[in-house]
Amino acid sequence: MTASTAPLLPDGIVVVVKRECETCQMVVPVLRELSEAIELHVYTQDDPDFPDAPAAVSDSDLAVSWFHNIETVPTVIRVANGVETNRTAGWMRSAWEELTGVEDLGADLPPMRPGCGSMSVDPDLVDGLRVRFGGSTLSSRRIEVAAAEDEFEMMFARGWTDGLPVVPPTDARVMAMLEGTGRAPSDIVTVVPPNLDEITVEKVAIAAVMAGCKPEYLPWVLTAVEAACNDEFNMHGVLATTMPVSPVIVCSGPGTRAIGMNSGGNALGQGNRANLTIGRALQLVVRNFGGGRPGEVDRATHGHPGKVSFCFAEADDTSPYGSLAVEHGIEPEVDALTVFAGEGPQGFVDQLSREPESLASSMAARLQAIQHPKLVMMFDAIVVMGPEHARVFAAAGWDRNRILTEVNSHLNRPGTDLVRGAHGITEGVPEAFGEAESLPKFRPGGLMLAYAGGGAGLFSQIIAGWVNGDKGSKPVTRAVQY
Amino acid sequence: MTTILDPTSGRKVVERERLARPASLVGLTVGLLDISKPRGDVFLDRIEQRLTGIGANVKRYIKPTFAKLAPVDLRHQIATECQVVIEALAD
Repeated sequence: MTASTAPLLPDGIVVVVKRECETCQMVVPVLRELSEAIELHVYTQDDPDFPDAPAAVSDSDLAVSWFHNIETVPTVIRVANGVETNRTAGWMRSAWEELTGVEDLGADLPPMRPGCGSMSVDPDLVDGLRVRFGGSTLSSRRIEVAAAEDEFEMMFARGWTDGLPVVPPTDARVMAMLEGTGRAPSDIVTVVPPNLDEITVEKVAIAAVMAGCKPEYLPWVLTAVEAACNDEFNMHGVLATTMPVSPVIVCSGPGTRAIGMNSGGNALGQGNRANLTIGRALQLVVRNFGGGRPGEVDRATHGHPGKVSFCFAEADDTSPYGSLAVEHGIEPEVDALTVFAGEGPQGFVDQLSREPESLASSMAARLQAIQHPKLVMMFDAIVVMGPEHARVFAAAGWDRNRILTEVNSHLNRPGTDLVRGAHGITEGVPEAFGEAESLPKFRPGGLMLAYAGGGAGLFSQIIAGWVNGDKGSKPVTRAVQY
Repeated sequence: MTTILDPTSGRKVVERERLARPASLVGLTVGLLDISKPRGDVFLDRIEQRLTGIGANVKRYIKPTFAKLAPVDLRHQIATECQVVIEALAD
């Protein structure tokens, strides 16, 4: 039998027990005392013959336990006129006596003993129970996979994957995922390009399941989807461009550590579930819900591997210059993320500079080359500095502003150097800029710093951007909404 | 048997019939849309010469940026002023 609404509790005293629980076994004599004194109703979760006396009502489908939020057995509930008025969990003589109104209970027992976990909150059972008793909250179309059909192959065949297998989004998995947020499944998150339909929290949760996320990652995925799908970030253009860019998600705040994100060695690489699956979930939202697929609206000439997923955490707790989110106006210690339309990371090696002036000049020389040494002010960039490079600046007392100012000071070139045709190279800035005395590589705010990486290695990584500003994409930073 | 939830928006794509190709461009107004990519103007200047040479009327339009959709007003203007449109992607 399956209950879809809360079963009513009978008036009197209700006790929920299971045989597997030693505390429940211990209180059987108390249950007998109570059954002789008052109106007592015992519900048993596992063995219908437990206790043998007084006789118990079976709650083998756990409907009573689920709907009445039993977290511990034994739980004692007082019910009057069908309504719960009080409850106590575990065995505590004084609490049982007060609740039942019966004196001198369990004289041979210790005064208190904690109970055991209810089967209705057993991690192995809870996802199934949530579907059985609360399944009506999801509104997505159900698709039945035939018994002889492999669900993984079926999802490949429908074009729902990024080339790697995805986790089948069953009711149980999606409902478990939704436990990761306080938002209702039907809440509208944003409008997703290129098809421009409104996406709900439920549909984002489906993508998160498929990507391999845990429920605690969902708020980060929801925030990333909101941050990417708007006019400012211009997800449509980032998707449709021939350039090899996609949303890069830079996360910071204590929540990154709570969900186990990697900000240390190999932070931009493989091996961390949270980093990889949060970025992947955003991509699957755009692919499956938005309808943005390679060869269709996605016109990338080459693409890059980070278009499967590109998401990492900053080590903002040890950063000598704070986080990118704080640079963009978020309070310190607030969980936040920035989406940036970026390419794959490109290396910057300088193993000899021990003075900040040398390292700043060296970094600038490397940055001048992003996209093209003669193209300026069109593209932003994030430098993900490793601890060993950052230490050179920190030891000299340079803060974020000082580092950026010094690096930018080496990134000015006369128009004659950059104009089309200069140095025998046709590519370059338009002729109108040829007379300019000095042209900066980056627009104001276009060069950004993040802090991540392992403790060894005098390296940093540069993430070069796409067409910036109103004409293209702006980095968008959002506090994570739980 | 496994039951899974549909990850798509469930949108049904509307198939639109293309208009019949005109037998001749003589006397028709042809819109030339420059999406603001480098050298798109070079391509469209030549196309304009060829079209006016065969008796078509030409109107020129420019998207504010190649990186975003053409604004609704611009699309509406082209649709109301032209019978044919050519877009220079220039990539």
